[in-house]
Amino acid sequence: MRTPFVIRFFNSMPRNGWIAMALFAAITIVAMPALHLFMPKESPFYVSNCVITLGGKLMCYAIVAVAMDLIWGYAGILSLGHGVFFSLGGYAFGMYLMRQIGTDGSYHSHLPDFMVFLDWKELPWYWAGSDSFLWSVLLVLVLPALVAYIFGYFAFRSRIKGVYFSIITQALTFAAMLFFFRNETGFGGNNGFTDFKRILGYDITSPETRVILFGLSALVLMLTLLLGRYLVTSKFGRVLAAIRDAESRVMFIGYNPLHYKLFVWTLSAMLCAVAGALYVPQVGIINPSEMSPANGIEIAIWVAVGGRGTLLGPVIGAAIVNLSKSYFTVAFPEYWLFFLGALFVMVTLWLPEGVLGLWKRWTQKGQA
Amino acid sequence: MKILFSLLLWFCALPALAALDPAVVKQLAAEESDDKIIAIQQLAASADKDAARVLKALSEDALFASGDRVFLLDGDKAVDAVSGAPILPAPESFDAITINNRIRSVLGNAIAALRLFDPDRALRLAAAQELQSNAGIELVPVLARALDKETDAEIKSLLKLAHAQSSLGSPDAGLRLAAVQALAESASPNAKSLLLPLLDASHEPDEKVRLAAKASLKSIESSLALGETVGQIFSGLSLGSILLLAALGLAITYGVMGVINMAHGELLMVGAYATYFTQGIFRSHFPAYLDWYVLAAVPVAFLAAALVGILLERTVIRRLYGRPLETLLATWGLSLILIQAARVLFGAQNVELSNPSWMSGGVEVLAGMVLPWNRIVIIGFTLFVLALVWVLMNRTRLGMFVRAVTQNRSMAGCVGVPTGRIDTLAFGLGAGIAGLGGVALSQIANVGPDMGQGYIVDSFMVVVLGGVGQLAGAVWAALGLGIVTKFLEGWAGAVIAKIAVLVFIIIFIQKRPQGLFALKGRFVES
Repeated sequence: MRTPFVIRFFNSMPRNGWIAMALFAAITIVAMPALHLFMPKESPFYVSNCVITLGGKLMCYAIVAVAMDLIWGYAGILSLGHGVFFSLGGYAFGMYLMRQIGTDGSYHSHLPDFMVFLDWKELPWYWAGSDSFLWSVLLVLVLPALVAYIFGYFAFRSRIKGVYFSIITQALTFAAMLFFFRNETGFGGNNGFTDFKRILGYDITSPETRVILFGLSALVLMLTLLLGRYLVTSKFGRVLAAIRDAESRVMFIGYNPLHYKLFVWTLSAMLCAVAGALYVPQVGIINPSEMSPANGIEIAIWVAVGGRGTLLGPVIGAAIVNLSKSYFTVAFPEYWLFFLGALFVMVTLWLPEGVLGLWKRWTQKGQA
Repeated sequence: MKILFSLLLWFCALPALAALDPAVVKQLAAEESDDKIIAIQQLAASADKDAARVLKALSEDALFASGDRVFLLDGDKAVDAVSGAPILPAPESFDAITINNRIRSVLGNAIAALRLFDPDRALRLAAAQELQSNAGIELVPVLARALDKETDAEIKSLLKLAHAQSSLGSPDAGLRLAAVQALAESASPNAKSLLLPLLDASHEPDEKVRLAAKASLKSIESSLALGETVGQIFSGLSLGSILLLAALGLAITYGVMGVINMAHGELLMVGAYATYFTQGIFRSHFPAYLDWYVLAAVPVAFLAAALVGILLERTVIRRLYGRPLETLLATWGLSLILIQAARVLFGAQNVELSNPSWMSGGVEVLAGMVLPWNRIVIIGFTLFVLALVWVLMNRTRLGMFVRAVTQNRSMAGCVGVPTGRIDTLAFGLGAGIAGLGGVALSQIANVGPDMGQGYIVDSFMVVVLGGVGQLAGAVWAALGLGIVTKFLEGWAGAVIAKIAVLVFIIIFIQKRPQGLFALKGRFVES
């Protein structure tokens, strides 16, 4: 008899994992918002605006990193184009946020400012429905996933893999960036979307809105981790790992790798899109440079630093890289690229399993 | 208007005046603008050196009238306009001869027409070019005379065009017919716009001329279309040769050795900065030979990029053979380090490189279509590099070893090929070729720390499209991509063309995952 789903779900993670998860939830969904909202600003326990924004941003990146790990760490497909799905999600939700500005823009028109600037008289057809929150959420969930599905279907069907696939995804993100950079495409060109005012009618800069977005990011991150954990411990995950390690053998036993790859690829893109949609209202801007090839490849290094093929690793990796980025770009701006470059080299040379692998090696040494 | 024409025709019939006619010169000081213009045109038709002097003075507001006399002021001296003799003492009271805009434009043409007889070829050429757009009927006789005397082919063809254009206004249908037929020879857009109104019966009463105009238009249009196609193919070839130069090094490191080198664009940058460095050396030490610094930069850039490449291979890449995805990430990291190093060493701004004089300008192959020398030089340089790579890979021991190692590493090792050293040298070779690409790029693109990033996607596209392991594939892919991109640009603009090409490659790879020239045999899958 098959184990019931609920039991399988709970068994997918050891008890320590559930405890850590609960702890994380308590901190990000209860403690930090409460400290931000109710503590006086002078108090040492006050969580500042800056921390909330940075934390929210990091959690969005962490979702992307976990999504990346699902396809790279578990299916062996290195995508350099995940910035596209992140940005598509961001742009889809950004359209809604642009419409929420209403007539408060600098030109007091019902059209977004950049369209007034281009002397457009009405919204292009693909902006239809963008004033509805539900439609935008649907768009976030469906559109990037659809793009990923179509792209993935053709790529995996012709059995493009390894470096070939990586380079093609890089071309994809490059083409998408050029496309969004154009003013005529109706996505704000160079500047993208910014100057958001409201979300669902609430002031987007108010502490309450920020805290809710922060908590929501934490929630999505936890759900992503749970889903990922469930997937990789299931039979599906084991087939996936088998495809990663020896695709031809999997085919010879009678599995069709196409469906497995396609599913995890589309799921990964969808998670990225959700992260993008959460990222945009918190950071307050989305522009085509998010799709630059450099950004796409940086996502890979988050995963590599944390440790591929572990779900926790990418979260840690995203945090390490982005925190050091925030630190370096302020403290020693000219050394940031040296550091990032060295990180790429050192992690691939000496830390193939990332920080988490290092940790495991240390603890196992202690036991032995 | 009629009177004017007949007057002009009358003057055309006059033989060239030996000296300036005092009456005509005096007419320059007339009250009416029309009188002045007639005088100017008569002076222009005289093709006299003194006339040029007088008209030039007039255009510079240095011509004066005192009573019956017209004189020009040369510094403090007053010189008689007709005889050129100094007037002593200078007249006490005089009026400046003023000109308005209408006169000024006639005057400009007249001066240009007179300059057509100057012994200096450059001056004549400039004058002929000036008369291209707005020569009026009054210049027909001068142009005809200039055409007779002219020996230089380039000026002659310009003059023919100007002559045909000015005689289109002639009341004589025969003259117009000849003009229309002459215009067919010059395939310029100007000629086209001149002929278009002649198709209309209200503009052109004579039917023969109308028919001739139609025929001329047709021939102009077809040669214009030909010119446009040739131009697009040429710029496509030029873009393709740049793509090829950028991708050729990659075709060795990635295509032959299988190393994903994301720092390839930065090796181009190293080559470009080496060129900049060489220019600096020439500037400070051999300023007399500054024009030839590009030639000296070729070996410098090759060695600089090859050394950087060898360094990268020895320190990082060699540890990652057989792990392409890790190589990709590590070399991306190396590219970031190289970019930042360039920023620290040379500053974040683009550096300035001067084009040597022998690479500026161009050759005109068809009317109105100039092929710039620097593009031609780059196409030639690409051929040179291509030949170099071919010889190195197919006709030398090193090339044979490289091919042996890539085909069967352990077997090559068994028969005594030093595989490790061959890897290093082959990578150095690929990097050096990238450096050569950098020299070429430095002559047509901005040289800055980020310059390599723009080429990395393109270079990979070329290699992937051409088929991994195939130098010939890279050549066809680069030229094909270049020409297709330029034709698409003609229709849809640069960005859309670029996107379309990328999408095309993505679709193409789906169909033929191994590229245009697929490898056959058992190492296809490995």
